[in-house]
Formats: sequence, structure tokens, C-alpha cells
Amino acid sequence: MNFKLKDIVPQLITVLAVVLVFGFFTYNAQINMENRGIDFGYGFLSQESSFDVQFSLIEYDGSHSYFRAYLVGLLNTILVSVIGIIIATILGVIVGIARLSPNYLINKFAAFYVEFFRNIPLLLQIFFWYFAALRALPLPQDAEAMFGVFFLTIKGLYVPAFIWQNFNIFFYSIIAAIIAIIVIRAHAKKVQENQGKQIPVFLISIGLIFILPLLSFLIGGVRLSFEVPVLKQLATTSFIYEGGVSLPPELIALTLSLSLYTATFIAECVRAGIQGVGKGQKEAAASIGLTPNQVLKLVIMPQALRIIIPPTTNQYLNLTKNSSLAAAIAYPDLVLVFAGTALMQTGKAIEIVSITMFTYLTLSISISILMNWYNKKIAIQEK
Amino acid sequence: MSSINFLKPDRTNLNTFLYLGSFLFFISILDVFLNSFFRLNLTGFLPNFLSFLLPLILGFVGLYFIRIEYSGIKNLDLLNKHINTNNFNAVLSLLIIFIIIKSIPPILSWFVIDASFAGDTKDVCTGSGACWTYIKVWIRRFMYGMYPNAEQWRINLSFVALVLLGSVGYFATDKFKKYLTLYYVVIYPLIAFLFIFFFISGGPVFFDFSYGIIAAILSIIIGFFIPSKFKFYYFLIVPLALYIILKYFLFFEEYIELGKLDGLNWVETGAWGGLSLTFIISFFCLIFCFPIGMAFALGRRSEFPLIRYISVGFIEFWRGVPLITVLFMSAVMFPMFLPEDFFIDKLVRAIIAISLFEAAYVAEVIRGGLQALPRGQYEAAKSLGMGYWKMHIFVILPQALKLVIPGIANTFLALVKDTPLIFVVGLLEIVGMLNLAKTNPKWLGFAMEGYVFAAIIFWIICYAMSKYSYNLEQKYKTDR
Repeated sequence: MNFKLKDIVPQLITVLAVVLVFGFFTYNAQINMENRGIDFGYGFLSQESSFDVQFSLIEYDGSHSYFRAYLVGLLNTILVSVIGIIIATILGVIVGIARLSPNYLINKFAAFYVEFFRNIPLLLQIFFWYFAALRALPLPQDAEAMFGVFFLTIKGLYVPAFIWQNFNIFFYSIIAAIIAIIVIRAHAKKVQENQGKQIPVFLISIGLIFILPLLSFLIGGVRLSFEVPVLKQLATTSFIYEGGVSLPPELIALTLSLSLYTATFIAECVRAGIQGVGKGQKEAAASIGLTPNQVLKLVIMPQALRIIIPPTTNQYLNLTKNSSLAAAIAYPDLVLVFAGTALMQTGKAIEIVSITMFTYLTLSISISILMNWYNKKIAIQEK
Repeated sequence: MSSINFLKPDRTNLNTFLYLGSFLFFISILDVFLNSFFRLNLTGFLPNFLSFLLPLILGFVGLYFIRIEYSGIKNLDLLNKHINTNNFNAVLSLLIIFIIIKSIPPILSWFVIDASFAGDTKDVCTGSGACWTYIKVWIRRFMYGMYPNAEQWRINLSFVALVLLGSVGYFATDKFKKYLTLYYVVIYPLIAFLFIFFFISGGPVFFDFSYGIIAAILSIIIGFFIPSKFKFYYFLIVPLALYIILKYFLFFEEYIELGKLDGLNWVETGAWGGLSLTFIISFFCLIFCFPIGMAFALGRRSEFPLIRYISVGFIEFWRGVPLITVLFMSAVMFPMFLPEDFFIDKLVRAIIAISLFEAAYVAEVIRGGLQALPRGQYEAAKSLGMGYWKMHIFVILPQALKLVIPGIANTFLALVKDTPLIFVVGLLEIVGMLNLAKTNPKWLGFAMEGYVFAAIIFWIICYAMSKYSYNLEQKYKTDR
């Protein structure tokens, strides 16, 4: 054992300092709470919340508990993040590829988009869409229908609702199709490795994913009908749409700005990734007789993805965290519902802020674990 | 001359294809141009749908005709290479050209032609364009917040002085070059701090805070002369001791009164705002988050497990939560953690919160640079007999920081773009002031102008910063 004073002392002092700071904070918190007559505890979560939330995915009103309000906020946050991530990824990949286009105009157009949206604060963009752009939309009674069924008004976007019969069977058919595709892919890989034959996996997959759900309609008794929103007059000047699904303007402004903003960063990641694959790789692949599509699929993309995924994961995390800006335009996300309204009502600052932070930590860490797993899967397996 | 195969343009009939193709292309552009600038519809006699698509079809056919490889005409070859490589690209190019032509008139008319600039009431804004009068009337609020008009020269003077002092590096002669780092790391922040504290606030708002700053900076300066053997223990003890001495033994209450500077009115931080607050917060957080981040980056790579765990915990915690919850914490939770009579100004709380938050990001960026250095650098430094601090200050950090200039610049950009979030603690910088002005009953309905104005300002700041960081990156690039 070679304990050296020089190794131990710095660590001890650091830990002591951290403990002292935390101890000081806890001590003060106790005294402050005693003085103000606040008691510490998470019991309030089961109490009746008695406030309403504008937009919620699960059934909720004032008679439900604070915990239910927390769930409402959490689900709304996840909803915005998921929609935002999907749109931002699609847009980002398109713009990133457009940045590498040999076409001068497309290239510059993509560069302009990236430089423009990246350099304006996200909060300002959210405010712009919500307070300036979406306020210029028509009132419900003046709105023109898009394709006859969509109504974009100042009160939000109204889309037809799906009404399913035997939805379970449809759902199972999709799952069955996915499982079948996985099995076929594995089989095709084996066949190719053993016999060198290629099975048109892509065409078969597309066929399966369409045919099985179609069969469920024809045989399984699945029925789908639409409920189109209809204009209804409440008073002489007040109109609303009834039926269908309404997406509030807050949600639209938030997803729009989040995805437009994050897409610029994803575009840069994609561009860097594709540029990071050496030119020689492409030429070597072409020289052994692969078609351009095969070059892209088998040589460029697998290598580019390795460079693209880690920074893109960071962008997904950023988008999830940035979705908390919803509080600024009163979209009922976790921060607004829980750290805003619920905190105002209960005054339990420490408990509520800590729960909120813990939730975001969990969300971030779970996304990063998921993406690390995927990253490890596609990373180079060195032997 | 044999018959021409119109499906396959080639060099033999170059002129025919060239004239025909460029004519069609020209017609299609002209049609869109006249339509958007003069509202003339040349193809109005056609059915609606066809009239809409006609320019695209004409342009497409035109571009198809002039797509002749190796035509021998330089400009044509350039055109083909850049915007007309195949059918798909031709359609995209046409669409982009049309979009640009179509969008110029409305943008121009909104910004300039139909916009109103004169006057100072809402009544002049009757046109369909932007109302820049609104910006003109509110410009002082957008720039200085609620800071009294008569005192605004103090902010201007401070910023001018800081910019001048900051540009000293450009004029330094070779003799003074070696002191520049010391100047920028220690002296300049101190001067900047004193300027903002004495001049802009004109009062003892930051006084308690300033003891800490003065203690830290004094101890760093003295620290240069302490033998490296005792440096660690010196930095553990002296700053705290200095702080206590300054606070409880040297500066008594009457000195605080002296600190107020005669003739300057005290302006509380709640009145600060607008763009100047954006600058103040960015500046302070930039100064503070860099050393904190560097410390945690080194801590994360330390040999001592306990220090490493604490650093990892710190970094991952701040990186995992959104800034808005951090500011919430600083606003509602942090006061609970302090003694009851101990009051910290909300601007200071916001600055501390943002600095800690950004420090975690800076730490990760610097760690990337530290990891990218080859191990030989560490081993070489150690073999020369350098200790931990000497090795890092003279060998490792200069190289590592050079590597991470783009990453740090991105973090600072993010910091500037995050400043609007301070609305959470009730401070109103430029975006917050816009939202306030928007609700003023005399000036309802000009949200668009305000946001466009702020967006232009932020865009210029951020774009300039990113270009500057690119220049720095090129300047310090060393081939390795």
C-alpha cells in the first residue's frame, strides 16, 4: 500500500467542500421552511389539483390529482419532442444532402436556410411563429378548407379524426408485417452469405407492409371512417369547429420552430458525416462494380452513419430540452403545468423543481442510452 | 443538314438548340417576372391549371435543349455544370429561381416600399408594409430596457470603454505581447466588472459579489509568485481567507457608501434591460463559464477517483436539464437554500445559473480537446520534470484549447442565443422588451416588426461571431 498524503488530501478537501456546501444548503432550507411553515414531502402529488389544462392527451380535469397533472405535462412534452424529432430529422437529412449537391442554386439555398435559422435564438423564433405568423391566419368562419378537410385557422389546425372499428386487428397486422420483414431480412442475409444470391428484400418489405394491413381491411373486418370537422356557430360572431382533431396553435408554433431550428444542426451533422467518408471509398466501391445505389447503401451510408449519429443524438437531446421553452407561449408542457401552475398553487418549490429536473434528466439519459446502444451496434467491430 | 432529333440535343445542331432552348428558358423566366413584379399574366388565356404550370414546363424544355455536353461555349458549359446537370436538378433549379423571383416583390414592399418610417405615433402606419415608426419610437426601450433615459450615457460609455480596452491586443507591441494573456484573463475582466458594477449600476448592488471577485483575482495574481510546491494548498486556503478578510475586516459599511461614486444615481438591476442586458449577461457568463468549465474538464480527467466522480456528476447533471428549469431553480428554489438575511440580486442569480449551465458544456468541449492530444505530449512534459499544473498550463492546455476553438465558439453562440430565457426570472432583455411593448395598448398589432427587428440584430451578432471563430480557427491552425 502506498498511501501518499498528496493523493489523499486534495480528494478529501474536495469532498469536504462539496459536503459542506450541500450541508449548508440543507440546513438553510430546513430553517427557512420551518420559519415559513412549509413542510417537506411528496404527499401533495395525490391531492386534488383543481386547475384545468388546455390541451391534454389523457383525460384530465381539475378533480384529478397533481400526479395526473404531472403526467399530462410529461406526455405533452414527449409529444412535442417526438413530432419535432421526426420532422427535424427528415428536414435535416434533406437539407444536409442538398448542401452537398453539385447544383449551385440548391447548395446555396440550403446554406442560406442553415445560416438563417441557426443564428436566431429559438425563443425568438417561437415567439415569431406564435405571436406574429400564426396570428395572421384567418378566423374559423373565414378559413378555406385545404383538400376539403383540413382547416388552418387562428385557433389551430383542424384535421379529420380517424374512427376505427376493430383497431386491434389492424395493429396486429402491422406488427405481423414488421416481424415478417425482420425474418425475411435475416433469411436474405443468410442466403446471400451462403449462396451469393440476392433476394429483392426491399420490394418484398414494401409489399408486406401494404398487403398485410390491406388484408386486415378485407378479411379482418377493420373499418376506417373519417370525422370531418364542421363549422358551428356559438354566437353571432363566435365560431368553432366541431368534430375531428384540433391541434392548438401553441403546438404548431412550437413544433414548427423546434424542427426548423434543430434541422439546421442535423443538416450540418449529415453534411459532415457524408464528407467524412473518404473519396477513395466511393471510387473503390465503384471500381469493383457496385451500382451507384449499392455504393450509397453498402459503402457510404454505413460509414457516414458512424460519424453522423453521435452529434445527432446530442441534437435530439437538445430538442427535448428546448421543448421546455413551451412555457413561454403557454403550451401546457411539463414546465408550464407542473413547475408553473402546480408550483404556484402548492408552493412546494423544492419538491416540484427537483421532480421536474429529475424527469428531464431521465428523459435525456434514456435517449442517450438508446442512441449509445444503436451507435455501438453500427460501430466498427475491431477484432 | 439532316433532320433534327429534338429528343436528343447534340453538338451538330448546337445553334438551333441553343437559340431555341435559351428562348424558351427566357420566356419562362420573363413570364414569372412579369407576373410577380407587374401582376401581368401573359398566359391568362389558358386554363388556370395550365397557366400556373406553363413557366415550369417551358423552362424545363428549354433547359433540356441547352443541356449539351462540351459545347465549347464557356458560359453554357458552366451553366450546365452548375444548375442543369440532369432533369431532376433542372426542375429544382427552376423552382428555386421562381421562388426567388416570386418572393422579392412582397418582401421588398413590406420592408421598404409600403413601410412607414416617419412620424412618432401609430397613426402614420396605415400602409400594408412594416411600421418602422414603432421601432423608432421604442428603440431606447429595446436597447436599454427601463434604464432611465438621462443615465443611458453610462451604458454607452461603459461599452465604448470596454470595446476600446478589449482591442488593446491589436495595438500591443512585441514587448508587451507576452503580458497579453495575463491582461485578458485577469486584468480586463476586473476592469470590465468594475465598470459595469460602478458605472452602470452606480451602487452597491454587487458589492458582496465583488468581494469574491476581488479576492479571486488578487489571489490569482499573487499565486504566480508562489512556488509550485505549495500552489495547490495556497489556492485552497488563500482565496477564501482573502474573501473573509475583505468582507469582515477591511470594507465596513461606510466604505460601501464611498463605493457609490458621487453624483451617480443608483439604478437597480430590475430596470436594466434590452440589448445592453443581453451583452452584459453574455459577457459575464462568458468570463465565468470558461474557467469553471476548464476546472471541471481537468477534474473529469483527474487521477483522483473522487474528484473525477464529482466532476462527472456535475457535468452530466447540468447537461441533462434544460436551462429554463435551471433558471426556475435559481428563481424559486435557490433563495430557500440561503440564510434568510442573505439576499442575492436576481440578475446575479441568473448570471450564476447560466454560467454553471454553460460551464458544463464548455467542460465537455475542452475534454474533447484534452482527449485528442496524443499521449506523447503528456509523457514528454513529465519527462522534462514538469508537475501537474506546469504541464497543463505550458504544454497541454495551449494545444488542447487551440483544437477546440470551434467547439467553444459554438458554446458561446449558444450562450448568446440562450440569454432571452432570463424572462423566467423576470428580467427583460430585448425579446422580453418586445413582448412588453407588444402589449402596450397604444401600439397593438406590431408584433411582426419587433420580432423581425430583434431577429436581424441577433442574426448579425451570431453570424459575426461564427465568422470570427472561423477566422480564429484558421489563424491558429497548426499542422500536426
